[in-house]
Amino acid sequence: MRDDLRGIWCIIEKDMKTYYSKPPAVSWGIVFPVTWVLAFYLRNPVDFEGLVPGLLAMTALFSTTAAEAVVINFELRLGSLERLLLAPISMMAILLGKILGGTVFGLFMSSAVAVICALFLNIHMDWASFFSILLPALLAFSAMGSLLCLMVREVFEAQTLLNLPRFVMVFLSGVIYPLEAMPRALQFVAHLLPLTYAVKGFRGASDPNQGAPIALQAMVLMAFFLLFLFPAAKLLSKKFE
Amino acid sequence: MATPTAIKASGLVKRYGDLVAVDSISFDVEKGESFGFLGPNGAGKTTTIRMLTGLSKPTAGKAELLGLDVGSNATRTKGFTGVVPEVSNLYDELTALENLLFMGKLYGVASTERHRRAEALLELFRLQEKRDRPFRTLSRGMKRALTIAAALIHNPKILFLDEPTVGLDVMAARSLRKVIKELHDQGMTIFLTTHYLEEADILCDHIAIIVKGRIVAIERPEKLKEMAIKEQAVEFTVSGDASTLVEPLAALTGFKPIIVNSSTLRCSGTTNRLLPHICRAVQDAGAEIVSVNTIRPTLEEAFVRITGLSPTVMATEKGGK
Repeated sequence: MRDDLRGIWCIIEKDMKTYYSKPPAVSWGIVFPVTWVLAFYLRNPVDFEGLVPGLLAMTALFSTTAAEAVVINFELRLGSLERLLLAPISMMAILLGKILGGTVFGLFMSSAVAVICALFLNIHMDWASFFSILLPALLAFSAMGSLLCLMVREVFEAQTLLNLPRFVMVFLSGVIYPLEAMPRALQFVAHLLPLTYAVKGFRGASDPNQGAPIALQAMVLMAFFLLFLFPAAKLLSKKFE
Repeated sequence: MATPTAIKASGLVKRYGDLVAVDSISFDVEKGESFGFLGPNGAGKTTTIRMLTGLSKPTAGKAELLGLDVGSNATRTKGFTGVVPEVSNLYDELTALENLLFMGKLYGVASTERHRRAEALLELFRLQEKRDRPFRTLSRGMKRALTIAAALIHNPKILFLDEPTVGLDVMAARSLRKVIKELHDQGMTIFLTTHYLEEADILCDHIAIIVKGRIVAIERPEKLKEMAIKEQAVEFTVSGDASTLVEPLAALTGFKPIIVNSSTLRCSGTTNRLLPHICRAVQDAGAEIVSVNTIRPTLEEAFVRITGLSPTVMATEKGGK
């Protein structure tokens, strides 16, 4: 257990140093969500407040998954993931290290966007609620990213594959278009997607009168995290059989 | 008293669908021994290393390191083994020193010891001047050396080397072989795969020859050569025309000599009177012997005799390079 914790920390620390400034992480994890936030703000500054929860959730989604593609697929391609597997730590610890590497990147990005919105755009934010929903959301998105990234080898393949669920979720999970205004069938589909619960959670954090209970959204997101984690662990194990 | 076993493979099998990559191989490697796995590309060498190091699960059979079953104690066995994969796969963005420190940390080496060992390894591999250079900027030989250094940072008891000198120039390969020999001399158990016959001959106490997933011979290099080459061979140069000696020598020894050049012949035979026969034939022909060389069998000849394969299959590097 102690060895695993040390291993997880080593991997996070190394991934932060090695991969956070890689172009795919910067373009998809920083530039893309920031551009969206600015575009929506400039288009309609008056109603921007209502879009903030969705944009925060989208930032969390894009930043974590973009980081996963980098921390996993660069190492798959260069063979250095195999080096980690030769170390005296469990495979689950390696995977958690990789997932947390994406989570920390997402934490920086999402927190930065939230702080900027709160300070410069006067958006109200209950920070305890914000982080209560942000952490499970980041874990769920990061685990989803790791599962998809392990299915392919190259970074560009991973980013392409990730775009499918990312864009489907952005359009169906209430980021731009309110869930309530969608047809019932699409509302049902939306509730199968983790981003929906993150948007609802952030809505609750920015306006206590809106959104569903934070704890419930956080629990659903943790369930998504576990749902993605175990298949990802199995896939990683199978990859090196 | 029996020498303790460092590596024990018992009936290891690895199948990928219909393909049998490793077919029921068994062998023991004693502590402190340098054991070579020699075979052409695709023979199953890397697959064997992957099973021994816990990276891949055998389809059947068992691997043990220092008496521990790798399958059920992988985390423990990984703690005392160092592995140098065929590809130098350290982190491009980290410097030489940072790579070593990262590996040390991953293996739980205490901070002070980690720094001390990293500096010592940089010195051993003559990489001190490159310590602050990113891995990606190093030459191929330096990358290989650093990859071996990284496998040694936690002072492993067993070192696995998969094709350690493949793709290196002569000087870099020689320098790495020297370090591997030093590690062996210090008592480290070494398991090495190679398709360079010369490398196996120089570095290994025992050699297993593997072809198509099966071990066809395990012996000391000298014994392998003796097993394969039964005849004695002598190459000699005479003062006159050597071709006139061919028939008389064939009659005396029962083997037709090979003409190496106009004045040199290579004569082989199973008789221990080969040299007196040569002297007699030369004297009868009125010639004089200028020089005589006894030809020792090479590992390459032994490999060809044992496997029936051409030595060219070993000369081809992986990836067709």
